[in-house]
Amino acid sequence: MSMPFYVSPEQQMKDKADYARKGIARGRSVVVLQYDDGILFVADNPSRALHKISEIYDRMAFAAVGKYNEFENLRQAGVRYADVNGYMYDRRDVTARGLANAYATTLGTVFTEMNKPYEVELVVAELGEDAASDQIYRLTFDGSVADEHGYVAMGGQADQVAAALQEHYEEGQPLARALRLGVRALERQDADRHLEAEQLEVAVLDRNRTHRLFRRLPAARIRALLEEAESAETQGEPDSGAGDTAAE
Amino acid sequence: MTSQGSAPGRLPGAFMSQGPPSFTEFLSSYSPGLLPGTRELPAGVSAGDQIPHGTTIVAITFPGGVVMAGDRRATAGNVIAQRDIEKVYRADEYSAVAIAGTAGIGLEVVRLFQVELEHYEKMEGRTLSLEGKANRLATMVRGNLGMALQGLVVVPLFAGYDEDRDKGRIFSYDPAGGRYEEHDFYSIGSGSVFAKGALKKLFRADLAEEDAAIASLQALYDAADDDSATGGPDLARRIFPVVAVVTSDGYRRLPDEEVGGLAERVVEGRMQSPGGPSAPLL
Repeated sequence: MSMPFYVSPEQQMKDKADYARKGIARGRSVVVLQYDDGILFVADNPSRALHKISEIYDRMAFAAVGKYNEFENLRQAGVRYADVNGYMYDRRDVTARGLANAYATTLGTVFTEMNKPYEVELVVAELGEDAASDQIYRLTFDGSVADEHGYVAMGGQADQVAAALQEHYEEGQPLARALRLGVRALERQDADRHLEAEQLEVAVLDRNRTHRLFRRLPAARIRALLEEAESAETQGEPDSGAGDTAAE
Repeated sequence: MTSQGSAPGRLPGAFMSQGPPSFTEFLSSYSPGLLPGTRELPAGVSAGDQIPHGTTIVAITFPGGVVMAGDRRATAGNVIAQRDIEKVYRADEYSAVAIAGTAGIGLEVVRLFQVELEHYEKMEGRTLSLEGKANRLATMVRGNLGMALQGLVVVPLFAGYDEDRDKGRIFSYDPAGGRYEEHDFYSIGSGSVFAKGALKKLFRADLAEEDAAIASLQALYDAADDDSATGGPDLARRIFPVVAVVTSDGYRRLPDEEVGGLAERVVEGRMQSPGGPSAPLL
């Protein structure tokens, strides 16, 4: 039997973080962005059954990248957390902040105590009464939480995707333009990546709905929205049109 | 919240474990005290009469959907406990649930049933079949059997739109959790005898949505006419029955103004003939 040799805590944490980052970088990306009537989620995900974007509660949704079984486990725990709290207290007492805290503590504990950290990155978003009161929390594998505004990109080539979003994101965009921006940003993952409606998983938290605000968009609707944004671009809107052409 | 052997603030272990997609099953292991029907009652005591009771509910199918309506009265013995209680609820997008019997437990069962359906949908990414929903409700009613035997009886009525068959369907229950599919129309609660009699004469297979709503109001009027525990339309306070419609477009509760307008027409008709519309003899 060999003696276990000493590894410094710094090195241990660094190894774990590198391991988690590598795992996450292997997957495709997801973007979350605010538009005029809500929050839009776009994932590069051709599967109709294995979702990266899901409903948590009336005004809350979840998006994730990384290892499917790990984030699916967290998603189910989140649904249980929300439903138990909403049943025990009131539906209004279920908040994204509460869930983000629970996720952060869970991810943090797993990162420090387990040999293998979770290879996931999550977004928990809650729709407010208006865009200013929307909440978007981004959680990483080690349990850190960031409170985001406007847009978030995570997953494989998150840096390129985020750069594209930063360049063209505007507040209060209509859904069609926000979707096209999200899709174009995701296409930056690879040099020659082109995403059709069938390869996308798209959902919204829509302020115009009542009760449960989460809704998945079917492929036909995604296609129609992308065409709408395309035709709006070709017929005028000189300011944004010029900006978008430069992006290509 | 009870945490089960994990770091404070962390999601409890039970949340992270592989479990059933049923909310009730989950609660029964995580926090059974939250479930109706799990409480111990003192033996040999029956206090059923002192606790508010909900009364009459009717449901009628029409081509492409189903209408469910309930009066607004709750009674505790001879006292009217509540004038504007609501007993008809949205169960999920394509179904409605209503309760008769002990109001407190009934409302708790409805709330649990609503979460149960939504929870399954979120966990599994699909909705339950209409029969699946009806069976879950049966299990919940059965869970209350102990209390029912001590006088706290709750009986729901469940109706929904069946996407596979493109029609509305109605399910009734007994206190032991027996589930029965009803055809055309049904009624539960203290005034149900009179409401069913009225519906028998009013029902036709080709009712339009609005006609079905009017028939449900007529039936509730007849129930209120002969049953003291059922409330009729209250024109002075503008309190009218809750009327819900479930079709392929989903659940829709008719707005109060719309129900008020229909109820006024029903009351107006009764001014001429107090017994309501008369059916041909042959």
